[in-house]
Amino acid sequence: MINKKVNNVEEALQGIKSGMTFMLGGFGLCGIPENAIAELVKLNVRELTCISNNAGVDDFGLGLLLQNKQIKKMISSYVGENDEFERQMLSGELEVELTPQGTLAEKCRAAQAGFPAFYTPAGYGTEVAEGKETREFDGKMYVLEPAFKADFAFVKAWKGDAAGNLIFKGTARNFNPNMCGAATITVAEVEELVPVGQLDPNNVHIPGIFVQRIFQGKNYEKRIEQRTVRQRS
Amino acid sequence: MLDKNGIAKRIAQEVQDGFYVNLGIGIPTLVANYVRDDIEVEFQSENGVLGMGPFPFEGEEDADIINAGKQTITTMPGASFFDSSMSFAMIRGKHVHLTILGAMEVAENGDIANWKIPGKMVKGMGGAMDLVASAENIIVAMMHTNKRGESKILKKCSLPLTGVGCVTKVVTNLAVLEVKNNQFYLLERAPGVSVEEIQNATEGTLIVDGEIPEMIL
Repeated sequence: MINKKVNNVEEALQGIKSGMTFMLGGFGLCGIPENAIAELVKLNVRELTCISNNAGVDDFGLGLLLQNKQIKKMISSYVGENDEFERQMLSGELEVELTPQGTLAEKCRAAQAGFPAFYTPAGYGTEVAEGKETREFDGKMYVLEPAFKADFAFVKAWKGDAAGNLIFKGTARNFNPNMCGAATITVAEVEELVPVGQLDPNNVHIPGIFVQRIFQGKNYEKRIEQRTVRQRS
Repeated sequence: MLDKNGIAKRIAQEVQDGFYVNLGIGIPTLVANYVRDDIEVEFQSENGVLGMGPFPFEGEEDADIINAGKQTITTMPGASFFDSSMSFAMIRGKHVHLTILGAMEVAENGDIANWKIPGKMVKGMGGAMDLVASAENIIVAMMHTNKRGESKILKKCSLPLTGVGCVTKVVTNLAVLEVKNNQFYLLERAPGVSVEEIQNATEGTLIVDGEIPEMIL
């Protein structure tokens, strides 16, 4: 077993510098690396490029880094839930690269899997494709999209072990598995770090080979963005 | 004339037994409420769930189980969770049979615009560009005209596009339209709406062939 376990979030984020590019898992506030984000705020690293489907809300998730003006550029598919984001974007303080959601996921996966680029039909004929190479396959047009390059990927899983194996829960999985191994260093935080041998290899979602550092996360808030319920009849 | 629920009710008739369906945010979400209960359908949400169920009972919400609108949901027996890349493999790979989404504008060549209004805060396209570029069967749920009474069923979209030549059917508060051969074909009228009213509300080329039946809801 190759040990990936580090003792805490401080150790897990060693080597973080201003100007770096990060991938951060999560969809809305679901499955975000809460501990890593809190530590990034503490480290006060600046001029960051963040690849993440969304940009958090004003007082949580990536919104915390935005409040602190640590982010220079966001690469996301949807950023609608955050007033501070809107303010910084409209004032030109924040650069935003909007990317179709499936393309965003695949640009992560391509980096993970060693593909420099791929063709996708998404965005063809729209402003997303402007300046990009296009090509026809079987009568349909596609856009060439390059893989992402990032220094760190921060992911959150439900369970993991010291070997770096990960299991996700529900829709908190989302972009997290696609970002594992897609950056130079992948840092996984887990709700429950279990002893090696306890995870059934049949049930592992992400093998430890894609993870460089893993730690037991703490104090998860797991906020709900839209609490929708039905009445008991 | 139909309200939002009426549009959803009519679109639900397009959902067939054995379909995997992706529902967009807004009117499309309501479609799930009106699908016949004697057929088997699975709803996909692009954040990574197939076999979506209704909202949870109060007290049973799980922060880890949400839909693409970030709402808490439940899952049906036989449901599955997966990552974002696999979710869009289902969409791009045409494994999802039907996509239902909203639009700001639709054009007679099948173009759709639904993500950006110049000069306004742009929130992003989310998964809409992937969905419209890939699905073979795209139904748009929308109002026929905007608040000023201007047609949203156009010769050419004026807003930045989400996708080109992709829309196959449009269900509005006034009509059901099929999009083919660079024209809109009027298939059905909403209850109490005349062909003339639909013609007046449609800027794009509208083909009216024979008697146009009223929708049966």
